[in-house]
This record gives sequence, C-alpha cells and structure tokens, in this order.
Amino acid sequence: MLSAALIALLCLGLGLAIATQVQRTRSGDALSEARPQDLVVLLDGLQEREAALRQDIADSEAALRRLRASGDTSAAALEEARARAGALAVLAGTVPVAGPGVELTVTDPNGRLTPEVLLGVLQELRGAGAEAVQIGRVRIGVDSALSGVAGAIELDGQPLTAPYRIRAIGDPPTLAAALNIPGGVVDTVRRGGGDSVLAQRDRLEITALRPLSTPQYARPAN
Amino acid sequence: MIGLVALVVGLVLGLWLDPTVPGWVGPYLPIAVVAALDAVFGGVRARLDGIFDAKVFVVSFVSNVLVAALIVLLGDQLGVGSQLSTAVVVVLGIRIFGNAAAIRRHVFQA
Repeated sequence: MLSAALIALLCLGLGLAIATQVQRTRSGDALSEARPQDLVVLLDGLQEREAALRQDIADSEAALRRLRASGDTSAAALEEARARAGALAVLAGTVPVAGPGVELTVTDPNGRLTPEVLLGVLQELRGAGAEAVQIGRVRIGVDSALSGVAGAIELDGQPLTAPYRIRAIGDPPTLAAALNIPGGVVDTVRRGGGDSVLAQRDRLEITALRPLSTPQYARPAN
Repeated sequence: MIGLVALVVGLVLGLWLDPTVPGWVGPYLPIAVVAALDAVFGGVRARLDGIFDAKVFVVSFVSNVLVAALIVLLGDQLGVGSQLSTAVVVVLGIRIFGNAAAIRRHVFQA
C-alpha cells in the first residue's frame, strides 16, 4: 500500500514535471534559463553581428559622402563650363548682348572716308575695352576684316553705307574719351569732311550675330 | 495501473496549474524528466516481465533523477554542461528505446 502510494506520487510528479517543462519550452523564454556559457556564446555572436553591421554602415556612409562630393564637383565644373561658354559666345559674337555702351554715327557726305578710318575707330574702341562691337549690321568678331576703298567700304565682304552706325558695349565714359581724344578718330573724320555724333547709352543692344565657324585644322592641344 | 492514472492526473494538473519553477531548476528539469521516463519504461517492462518490484522502481526512479541532475550539475561546474546534458539524453534515450522494444514484444508478441 505504501509502495503503491509512492509509485503514484512519483508518477504524479513526473506528469507534473513533463507538463511544466513542455509549457516552459513552449513559452520560449529560454534566455532567462540558459547557462551563462551559452549566453556568452550568444552574446559573442550578437556582438560580432553588430560590429559587421556597424562596418556596413560606415562603408555605406563613406560611399554616400564620396558620391555626394563627386556630385558637387561635377556640378561646379558644369557651372564653370557654362560661364566660360557664355564668355566665349560673347567674344565670338554668337549671342546677342546688351549693356551700357556708346553709339557713334559717322556721316561721310563727300565719300572720302577710307576703311582705315573705320579700322581706327574699331582699334580705339577695343583699346578702350569694348566687349562687343557692331558696325552697320555686322557684328565684329575675331576674324572681322575691313576692306574696299573710300566711299565703298566693305566689312567681312558686306558693303557698308554711310552714315556708319557703330555700337560698342563697354564703359561709356571710357569709350567716349577714347574716341574724342585730340588727333583721334573724331578729328580724323572731321578732317575728311565728315561728321560724327557720339551718344553714351545706359543700355544698348547688339543683336547682330556671327555664325560659329568650326576650326578646320586647329585642335585644343591638351 | 495506479501509476498511469497518477501520470495523467499529474499532466492535467501541470497544464491546469501551470506552475512556475525557480530559475536554478531550469537546466535540470528536462534531464530529470527524461531520467524519470527511463525509470517508468523500465518499470513497465519489469511488470510485463513479471519481475516488478515496487521498491526497485521507487529507488531506480529517484536515483535516476538524482544522478541525472548531478551529472548536469557537475557538467555545469566543469564548463561542459550542455555537452553532458546531451550525453545523458542520448544514453537515456537509448535505454528508453530498448525498454520500449521489450514492451512492444510483450504487448504485440512481435
């Protein structure tokens, strides 16, 4: 009788233990009962993983910085190239320009004005810092040429007719002073029987354009 | 027969009461359960063989549980707790399979 009771007690305890263990396992709270060694191994693994992930973050951030920097650089280069293209377009006469400048009208009733006089006007304007010049309906470019004889002047092959209207963009007082210099252009024109009217303008538009010629032989050296 | 009834009652009680065990019991409880199962299977086999002795059963049950717990405790102290637990489970599992095979031969004559 005593042994039967003992057996029943043991089996009861076994059932209880099985049920308890099953529920413990099912609840999944394994960490709080794990051995310290297992926890240490687990922690090591987690720390390794954390270090790897941090490395990943650092790499990605470095790549981001690199890409951003290169983006900035190329944007700056593009901006600079645009500014340079604008300056070169003004110089080459492929874009209309506007700004302060002077307007010079030269009359030649006797037809004695030679191309050299107009060339002198152009030289004086350039010397005084004119950035864009238009004579008649022709824009002056780097390869402009005045030719012909007195009374039949040609600019870049196009005949010019008096009165000659010359527009130049630059600092108006400087340009006017250069043209009015004693013994200069205005005097020369007057000696030839002509007359000149000089007007300083705050805003002048030069709308004549030059076609852009592609160099046939010359290439940038670098 | 009374053992089976008590086992079922214990299972139901455990599921119903959902007792919480102290933390230090954690590693020992599963091993103790397996060891006790080994003792129970041995007892069933002995009964079918007609050589069941209540005293032997009780002593083997208790000693099985205690030895299993001691081995795990020793393993924990030596730093090989999880490996020794595995070893205990393997050995007890083999014994349970052997006893289960003997019981099967008795019950099914095969």
